[in-house]
Amino acid sequence: MQTKPLMLKILDVASIIVLAISTYLALVFAPTEAVMGDVQRVFYFHIGTAWVGLVGFVLAAGTGIAYLVTKDMKWDRLEVAAVEVSTIFFFITIVLGSIWARPAWNTWWTWDPRLTTAAVTELIYIAFFMLRQGIEDPERRARFGAVYAILGGLSAPITFMVIRLFRTIHPIVVGSGEGEKLPLTSDMRVAFFFALFAFTVIFVDLMWHRIRLGSLEEKVEQLKLKVSM
Amino acid sequence: MKTAAPSFIKATMAIVQKDLAAELRSRELLSAMLVFSMLVILIFNFALELEIDVRQKVAAGVLWTTFAFAGTLGLNRSMAVEKDRGCMDGLLLAPVDRSAIFFGKAISNLAFMLIVEAIVLPLYAVLYNEFRIFQLGFLGVILLGSIGYIAVGTLLSAMSVQTRTRDVLLPILLFPVAVPVLLASVKASGGMLAGAEFAEILTPLNLLIVYDVIFIAIAFMVFDFVVEE
Repeated sequence: MQTKPLMLKILDVASIIVLAISTYLALVFAPTEAVMGDVQRVFYFHIGTAWVGLVGFVLAAGTGIAYLVTKDMKWDRLEVAAVEVSTIFFFITIVLGSIWARPAWNTWWTWDPRLTTAAVTELIYIAFFMLRQGIEDPERRARFGAVYAILGGLSAPITFMVIRLFRTIHPIVVGSGEGEKLPLTSDMRVAFFFALFAFTVIFVDLMWHRIRLGSLEEKVEQLKLKVSM
Repeated sequence: MKTAAPSFIKATMAIVQKDLAAELRSRELLSAMLVFSMLVILIFNFALELEIDVRQKVAAGVLWTTFAFAGTLGLNRSMAVEKDRGCMDGLLLAPVDRSAIFFGKAISNLAFMLIVEAIVLPLYAVLYNEFRIFQLGFLGVILLGSIGYIAVGTLLSAMSVQTRTRDVLLPILLFPVAVPVLLASVKASGGMLAGAEFAEILTPLNLLIVYDVIFIAIAFMVFDFVVEE
């Protein structure tokens, strides 16, 4: 059995450290928002998890294409890792968003474009796992997974555009738009960008672990085949 | 010596002809879809208590939900028949382009869906005194929406019949990916029923066309990967 690479060990420790620093920045360092109060602090992690969630989903569609072109199982392992980690992070995003929405919008949930797209995207990737579960042949599982990840990656942005036809109340932080803007002070910006950085590190770390797990799984499957023969 | 294009169309048409002829003799698919559609409308009638003012607002939504449900029934059945009787292997062995199989199945699925719609729409009009649905724009949206829905549905049903949980899986795979087409269709056809300005309907209509083009192209490109053994 291969031992855990040193880089991964370092990355594990780094993940814990940056998460601790990011927590400090978000909960203590950043000034309290004037209008919304302390509940706004949830926003740093909300954006951080949403960011890596989206990166993972784009990555999944990309690796889906890569797998169909090369038929190399390493892309499949990367894809599963990306979707699995992102699904969890995206779920955290939705929960954190709800915690913020309760005092800010006076409701846990509203059918706003971003919220609806988030919910639909989450469902697409749950369906992705249900699809994979129903297929025994690893090669076919990888093929179907890749096709579905591509479909999901294409459909989610169109969903967003369609629901945008209805009005939005979600604040816009990055980019331009007619929605309500969140003004950030420089200290808030530090906490904001550090949260993005911290979650990127954590994401890479978890991805790495999941990819290792994937190749170990494959080895076990091969050994089982050998024993049964 | 024939050129490639006519033989492609001929192969596609042969599959359509086969499906239509089989359906004409058994009528199991169409009758199931029709009866199911009427039942869904009946259930909506009681669930929403379709009073005059309510039903005018929700007509587009009720109709699209009905078509989406009936559509999965037809898609599932049409692909399961190929799989169960070993027809799919025969089709794959035939010396024709694989995408001809996709287009053949998609066109016959679309034909079934349109036949069901052609019967359900007048019935709905009579039952609910809703004769505004007989306008060219509304029927055009129904056609565009059905095309997009069937394009994705045909691809996904080819995947779901090859899994362990086949019958259950298709709606779970299809609905989240088809959300844009359903939403845009409801928005556009609802706007038409309400007599909205054309400019207001144009955006969902454009998105509907974009969805149709993208997903027909994608399904065409990845269908090979779905059926290969």
